[in-house]
Amino acid sequence: MLSFVLRRIGVMALTAIALTFIVFYLTNLPPNLEKLAKSEGSVRMADDAVASWLERNGHTGPMLVRYGQWLGVVPGWTREEDGVTTGRCIPRGTDPATAPRYCGILQGQWGYSTVFKAPVVTMLGRSLGHTAWLMLAVMLVMVPSALALGVLSGMREGSRLDRVLSTFAIATTATPEYVSGVVFVALFASATAGISPLLAEWGLISGKTLFQGTATSAMEDITFWNFALPVMTIALYGIGYIARMTRASMTEVMTAQYIRTARLKGASFRQVVVRHALRNALIAPFTVIMLQFPWLLNGVVIVETLFNYKGFGWTLVQAAGNNDIDMLLACSVVAVFVVLVTQLISDIGYVFLNPRIRLA
Amino acid sequence: MEDLSWGMIIVKGLGRFWPVWLALAATFLISHRFRRRLGLYGKLFDSPVGMAGFAIVMFWVFTAFFADMIITHDPLSQLSGMKNKLPGTALTNPAEGAYPWYLFGGDHLARDVFSRMVMGARRVLQIAPAATLFAFMVGISLGLPAGYFGGKLDTLLSFVANLVLAFPVILLFYLLVTPEMVQTGIPIYLAAFLFIFPILFLTVLWNSRYFMVPARRNLYVGVTLVIGLWAYSGLAFNADPTGIWSMDPNLLNVFVSVVFVNSPGVFRIVRGMVMDIKARDYVAAGQTRGEGPWYIMLWEILPNARGPLIVDFCLRIGYTTILLGTLGFFGLGVSPESPDWGSTIDDGRRLLNIFPHPALVPALALMSLVLGLNLLADGLREESLKD
Repeated sequence: MLSFVLRRIGVMALTAIALTFIVFYLTNLPPNLEKLAKSEGSVRMADDAVASWLERNGHTGPMLVRYGQWLGVVPGWTREEDGVTTGRCIPRGTDPATAPRYCGILQGQWGYSTVFKAPVVTMLGRSLGHTAWLMLAVMLVMVPSALALGVLSGMREGSRLDRVLSTFAIATTATPEYVSGVVFVALFASATAGISPLLAEWGLISGKTLFQGTATSAMEDITFWNFALPVMTIALYGIGYIARMTRASMTEVMTAQYIRTARLKGASFRQVVVRHALRNALIAPFTVIMLQFPWLLNGVVIVETLFNYKGFGWTLVQAAGNNDIDMLLACSVVAVFVVLVTQLISDIGYVFLNPRIRLA
Repeated sequence: MEDLSWGMIIVKGLGRFWPVWLALAATFLISHRFRRRLGLYGKLFDSPVGMAGFAIVMFWVFTAFFADMIITHDPLSQLSGMKNKLPGTALTNPAEGAYPWYLFGGDHLARDVFSRMVMGARRVLQIAPAATLFAFMVGISLGLPAGYFGGKLDTLLSFVANLVLAFPVILLFYLLVTPEMVQTGIPIYLAAFLFIFPILFLTVLWNSRYFMVPARRNLYVGVTLVIGLWAYSGLAFNADPTGIWSMDPNLLNVFVSVVFVNSPGVFRIVRGMVMDIKARDYVAAGQTRGEGPWYIMLWEILPNARGPLIVDFCLRIGYTTILLGTLGFFGLGVSPESPDWGSTIDDGRRLLNIFPHPALVPALALMSLVLGLNLLADGLREESLKD
């Protein structure tokens, strides 16, 4: 078991290094750097001015060395010009002698965001906080409803209930977030269309709309009114997939020998489902839920853009759209980390939950 | 002209699709009559779910095909006074012979929502199936040897595939589909790498089967190489002297990125199935007969893996459609005027609270197409499992 975990962690570290290097390479391509120089220096810079700006700010040299500096395993660059020493690890106005040699993300130096004009760490922390609330709400809605849906349709395969729920599950997997979000806003949060005008006319809701179409106010104060639509939008796309997986595993379990034994010894159908089938049927969905995280990340980006909720996804879009290299790199580190850790948890968890798998 | 009521909008709208209804009816009548002789495709007509999915998919295919006959206005032209007008609004001062209404209303630039949706179907159906096909070629060409030979090759390819799969898709798109990326020429290298696989696949396919009959082998391989390399030079490098094969650099970038994101998934499926099938007796029989490994992979294993692959192909076209919509939604790699569904949704969402129709129409169109593909895949899976 231990060697399995260690091997998995080793592969994970290798993957993380490869992925971050790819992101580093793609964000530090010459055209991106030229754009950075022009936005930080002046827009009308000539080509040689751009080159010297890049030279002065340590954006030249081999890509691997720059990657190492950013990671914090290669000493940061330093330059001496007119007796003044500047360098990656030397903030302006401090003594170069006291500066540390290494300053990469491993040392906690995540850089400075050019879009938000703030250190990356503060911006990232704040936006991750917002997203954490969103994810929590999504998980609380998505997991129980998807499992319930899957178990209900899987316990009697081919029944009418199964048909209806399966069709619903297929429909939700066919509805990407940017579609369901638009439909939800039009239905529930538009003052001119959908059901809100009707409800307002009947006096059932006090405001103009049933839900709010933006989640900006949810950053200070989360209420059902402003948070329901974004949560529903993300959850809906995931529900279908998890429900289908749960259904598949439930139908498989329901045909197993020990279920027949339980039925024959006289246990009621309800008891068979709850006591005998459920526990074994929920092993497979656990992995699926864990592996859903990369997809949820997609959903988060779309929904936060759509509902203008300034979380992680919104930050990523802003950073990518405005060539904010440090911020974008930090975002990808977080994304890659989340994806890999959830993969690891799902692998290890699967082994723990399923006693039939033995690892040498 | 007066504005149309909701009932009239539906009637007129359905009427505009008359070529589609005709083609659809013809397809269904013919296929239903000969369904016993058409293999898996014919069996589809025994399953209501599969039939419904097939009908929806073919509706959009025919819509894309007959788009020029269906549209009521030019999808790019802006008519004065039609900004954000509700569905069924009559034109204020229609030109001679012009269609007198905006069936599904006007968008924020006073363009016809209906015509843009119809033209959007053409955009999506031009790219999504082709990109999926390329992804399958790449995935199959790499997945077969990885599963069959195993060992170091498998370890390496699986690691690379997992690498791509671990990338959040949107991040990858934001890194790959940018104007800067087109400047660096990386899409061309990627295209050069990815587009070689269909040629490789077909060449090996013919060669492994007919290498004992050189005349036939030379003919097939020769035709494949001539057409393939001709298309390859045009599509990847834009260097086709006749100019028949060419791709806009932005479109190439989108296409390549979508293929790149999709192929590791195909790779994993193919690899898993090959590992399962290669333990069968008929593979052992082939090996004993002295067949080459590529013959066994391409002519023994692959045909026996076709069921799940066809199902996955349908699902994956739907997924590719969603990806293309995502790209359009973030305004990546498409021209701002483009009528494709994703960017139309993005355009429409700014005024979503007040005028939902410009965003709602393409959203529902996209949803129905993906739903159709999913239902079709479900029907195919059910029917292929029956025997």
